[in-house]
Amino acid sequence: MLTATTTTQTKVARRSRRRSGTHALLFLAPFFVLFISFTIAPVAYSGFLSLFTEKTSGLGFGGATKAFVGLANYLRAIQDSGFLSGFLNIAMYCLLYIPVMIGLALVIALLLDSAAAQAKSFFRLAFYLPNVVPGLIAAIIWMYLYTPGISPLVDVFETTGATWDLGSQLAALFSLSNLAIWLHTGYNVILFYAALQAVPEDILEAATVDGAGAVRIALAIKARMISGAVTVATLFTVVGAMQLFAEPLLLKSLSRAIDGGWTPNMFIFQTAFDRHDFGYAAATSLLFAVLIGGLSWAVTKLGSKVNS
Amino acid sequence: MTPAALTTQTPQARRTPPREQGRDSAWRPQRGMNWSSKTVVNLVLVLFCLYTVLPLTWLLIAATKNTSDLYGTPGFTFADLNLVDNLIELFTWEGGTYFRWLLNTFAYAGLGSCASVAVSFLAGHAFDKFDFPGKERWYGFVLVGVLVPAAVTTMPLYLMASGIGLVNTFWGVFLPGIASPFGVYIARIFSSSYVPKEMIEAARLDGAGELRIFLKIAAPLMKPGIVTVFLMSFSATWNNFFLPLVMLSDSDLFPAALGIYTWHSRVGADPEFAHLVVIGSLVTLIPVVVLFASLQRFWKAGIGSGALK
Repeated sequence: MLTATTTTQTKVARRSRRRSGTHALLFLAPFFVLFISFTIAPVAYSGFLSLFTEKTSGLGFGGATKAFVGLANYLRAIQDSGFLSGFLNIAMYCLLYIPVMIGLALVIALLLDSAAAQAKSFFRLAFYLPNVVPGLIAAIIWMYLYTPGISPLVDVFETTGATWDLGSQLAALFSLSNLAIWLHTGYNVILFYAALQAVPEDILEAATVDGAGAVRIALAIKARMISGAVTVATLFTVVGAMQLFAEPLLLKSLSRAIDGGWTPNMFIFQTAFDRHDFGYAAATSLLFAVLIGGLSWAVTKLGSKVNS
Repeated sequence: MTPAALTTQTPQARRTPPREQGRDSAWRPQRGMNWSSKTVVNLVLVLFCLYTVLPLTWLLIAATKNTSDLYGTPGFTFADLNLVDNLIELFTWEGGTYFRWLLNTFAYAGLGSCASVAVSFLAGHAFDKFDFPGKERWYGFVLVGVLVPAAVTTMPLYLMASGIGLVNTFWGVFLPGIASPFGVYIARIFSSSYVPKEMIEAARLDGAGELRIFLKIAAPLMKPGIVTVFLMSFSATWNNFFLPLVMLSDSDLFPAALGIYTWHSRVGADPEFAHLVVIGSLVTLIPVVVLFASLQRFWKAGIGSGALK
């Protein structure tokens, strides 16, 4: 009796495994067809393109001819100050924006988690609001808020005696940082607040019994307990920030410090669609992808280490 | 659209009950909290709230102004109320092109996200519940896909699309956004933590087909994950400006953000476009705000697992 059941079970298991194979294929097919066509194939095509350069004859009539150039596009990229300065801009932008944003988000999340905070649900909704605004529309809003005559911000700034000049490199960095801080802080507040909810009660209780004050508990215990979430959020912010595109493209009209190749993404766009230098654009975008991919990979590694 | 690997926290996050209700009053030393620190805490929260909300308030006020008031009056004071006129102008401008843009945005983001959810959860379910040769290797391939930034595929996508005639079509923007490796990753996590394997086995023994098992048993159990992936994909498509900018030249196919961008680039030549840009921006935001507000309890839970955006 018992053996009979076992054999039936094995049979069923074997049959279900075979069945599983065909079904897996059917269930996975839609994803893999789309994934390979629209993600893997473009990357591979980029790799192919990056080895060629388009030579146009004379005025460009009669079409362009592809010439194999090997790794010349890559060599050109790592020596191209136009491409590399984009990385410098992004690095400065990250240094300015990310510490402020993460620090602010942490402070606000800790305050929101404290017993003194009122109307938590309302605050959370209000803080989250900017996150649903597309970057382009946020840039339009802030562009007006950076315009003298419209914005009280500019008036306040000018009472200090300084002149408002969005044209300088520093002002451009500040404007973009503020825009990003506005867009992303609230989201991270919600994220950190959610992480704070998982801090075990007994630890907090014990600290209170030991006479620790609210501020001390917040900084010494709570902030430390969610440091994993903070680290991962920081690195993800870096990866996102590196791909900056729409916001500076819009602010370009207002600030002469921002040119068409101000970020790596803008540089690639400009190379491909204004200069039609697709081979070079492919090489730069692959270099950029390797950098971002490497960073994301580090994030995932770190994330799983933090979580385990 | 930064993917957040924090999702790996999902199972733990689920086990921890939300402590928000009840606990505060249960043990916290309310007596020890003096009046002044309470004021300071809430004051800071109010200030931050002003920072997040005031720019949107400006947009709301600016949307009621005509172009000369937009530039001629202070940002946070009302001038002549032209909201209705502005709305009429917005929706009738160039034969109602803005309305088309809104519909397009919904088609790209709404339909695209539904497709993305279906594709992701079919794959996630298969990776978690089926046994097949080379499973983990295929899954590793998907995870590599998470590392590929969309910004990098856009240019070759354009060239490939122009080769097969997809440039300047609806499909050229719609199709590339559907397959999301990160969506598959989340779907697999939700499948393994929300759908018991025994339940699937039992249904198989009862002779139910695999698709039926997926639709009737697995999918309903993964509802929070489905909403999470939907919102993630929705906001990614809603925010994606690069791909439509590259792919589309026919304004009948534009999503709202791209349309507004083209209007904005005409402000220099004709300032009258300014108030269209402002009212158009406001109207574009309303559906997303409504969507996120109505699905609040889902994303507030989902965000705890870090799965959103």
